[in-house]
Amino acid sequence: MEFLYKPWPWYVAGPVIGLTVPVLLWLGNKRLGISSTLRQLCAAAYPANIPLLNYDWKKDSWNLFFVAGIFIGGILGGNLFGNPEPTDLSPHTVEDLRQWGLTDFAGLLPLELFNWTSLASWHGILLMVVGGFLVGFGTRYARGCTSGHGIFGLASLQWTSLVAIISFFIGGIICSYTMLPLILAP
Amino acid sequence: MRNLKYLVLGVIFGLALTKGEAISWFRMQEMFHFQGFHMYGIFMTAVPTAALGIFLLKNFGIKARNGQAINIPKKPYHHGIIIGGLLFGIGWALTGACPGPLYAQIGAGYTVTLVTFASAVLGTWTYARLQPHLPS
Repeated sequence: MEFLYKPWPWYVAGPVIGLTVPVLLWLGNKRLGISSTLRQLCAAAYPANIPLLNYDWKKDSWNLFFVAGIFIGGILGGNLFGNPEPTDLSPHTVEDLRQWGLTDFAGLLPLELFNWTSLASWHGILLMVVGGFLVGFGTRYARGCTSGHGIFGLASLQWTSLVAIISFFIGGIICSYTMLPLILAP
Repeated sequence: MRNLKYLVLGVIFGLALTKGEAISWFRMQEMFHFQGFHMYGIFMTAVPTAALGIFLLKNFGIKARNGQAINIPKKPYHHGIIIGGLLFGIGWALTGACPGPLYAQIGAGYTVTLVTFASAVLGTWTYARLQPHLPS
């Protein structure tokens, strides 16, 4: 039963992620796109006469079931059958992360940074509160995220999605090379 | 329960994200530093698999199960694709998560990512509120 705890290689995870696109189309003419669910939650919770949030969000309730599934997938894959070993990272990455003061590479997030007490520190606020805000703000502004643009948009050969994914990566590279070293400098 | 099938598909998708370490903050740093192939391997197999699926559905004129013709609307360009994209990219590197992984990180037991998630919902709300004043 040990194999249940092992991480999946990219050539297993990638095709399964990709297959979701045609299966969703076939199941109900649905298009993969997860950032839309953040908009749905806003529309359901507090639409406040904002044009973008006053729409029939219930019509897309399938997507809320889909992300509830992702949450359950996270419980199964990260919790019940979580990999107990440290992530099999490139030694160069490990070296870079050590320079940022990290020592524990187990699990999916560095517990040294992502914990409730670190919310009382600047780096915790920047990583979780500001980072999360930018994810929600940026994906809505860009009309999609890694799933809607990065997987579905690219697979349906939309050039706007190529522009989007290049922008995502430029933002991520800038942050990872210039901002994170400052935020995490010991 | 016509939505149950989407829940089941979501479980499989979430499992692939999680077991594939596509929700791993460590893997995102490795990817943004171009130090490992893992995440690129995921994209380079996921996108062609999805493209092949779309091609086959279209080529054989397969309809969705509800009888509708499969519909893929064009995504129009606006400058927010770049501005919003850059901002999201920064958030992606900070949190190690895009919207899908946000849900999976909570499920994986990192309870503090509930804060990340709540902040993302607030970010979306704030964008919606400010939309009329932002360059599009």
